[in-house]
Amino acid sequence: MNSPLLYNQLTIYLATAAFLLVIGVFGLLRRRTLIGMLISGELIFSAASLNLMAFNRFTAHDPVVGQVFVLFLMGLAAAEVAIALSIIVAVYRNYRSVTTRELSELKG
Amino acid sequence: MTEFPATPLILNGLFLGCLATLVFGAVLAVTSARLIRSVCGLAVCCFGLAGLYYFLHSPFLALMEILIYVGAVCVTLVFAIMLAEPNEPGRTETSGSTLAWGGLAFATAGSLFAGLFWLGYRGPWSAPVGPVGDGSIAAIGRALLTTYSMAFELISVALLVAILGALAIARAGRTRPDSIAPDKAVSSKPIAEPAPALTVVTGALDQDTVVSGSRDLVAP
Repeated sequence: MNSPLLYNQLTIYLATAAFLLVIGVFGLLRRRTLIGMLISGELIFSAASLNLMAFNRFTAHDPVVGQVFVLFLMGLAAAEVAIALSIIVAVYRNYRSVTTRELSELKG
Repeated sequence: MTEFPATPLILNGLFLGCLATLVFGAVLAVTSARLIRSVCGLAVCCFGLAGLYYFLHSPFLALMEILIYVGAVCVTLVFAIMLAEPNEPGRTETSGSTLAWGGLAFATAGSLFAGLFWLGYRGPWSAPVGPVGDGSIAAIGRALLTTYSMAFELISVALLVAILGALAIARAGRTRPDSIAPDKAVSSKPIAEPAPALTVVTGALDQDTVVSGSRDLVAP
């Protein structure tokens, strides 16, 4: 094995997770609809999962723990998406819009 | 036993392919103006992420990622996009402030990435000493039903409550046609479009809605 195996280096995974988090934050700041912001939030969830899995693979004694944790994280993300989408549908029914600029009723 | 030639090269290529898929999907999910393309980008990104999970010695989570994110989350997002607005609205502000806010978002993201990358690169991560478990699917199953059985049950309760809450919230704006005034019924009819997933559950309660809707279809 002469060439180094890229997938055995923790730094690459950490950089990828950082990229996912960053592009999720960028999307959250830049998107103007609730659904677009929700998609960016999912990217941030993925970044957290990837980070956990990377540390689980390279620094944990028992690799089961991180996998179970990420599995629970996925379940919670699915529940969060269900709730958020029902809220979005309810908001759209009331305002006829999911644009964040229109949803300013509480704004002074 | 001789090794297959060029194995590291092939593995590195596969890994870089997964990485490129993830980056492409994430960029598409964030920058596309049409929301349906952005959901497709999220699905592509999740496929790349599943590949990375596979390289992290976890085929179980790779399959779960595809099953939950691509199979459930993205499909639900597509439903919501069909019920709400399909596109990002056009920019209404002046181009100067748009550029300023875009630049601010980019600067925030860039500084965050630089900081995190520095932390990840310089961090004193140490490999575990002593025996390391194998992390196989059998071990995961054993752990889920022994050590983490309480959390396992709690997550199922959380999912159940989330589904019930989603039904209650999405149902809140809808009223039965015989309980409101006729003029309001007419005005609220296009608004009371049920989500496809809700139609099955609330179908029994909405017999009259369905009937009046079909009468509207027949009348002209």
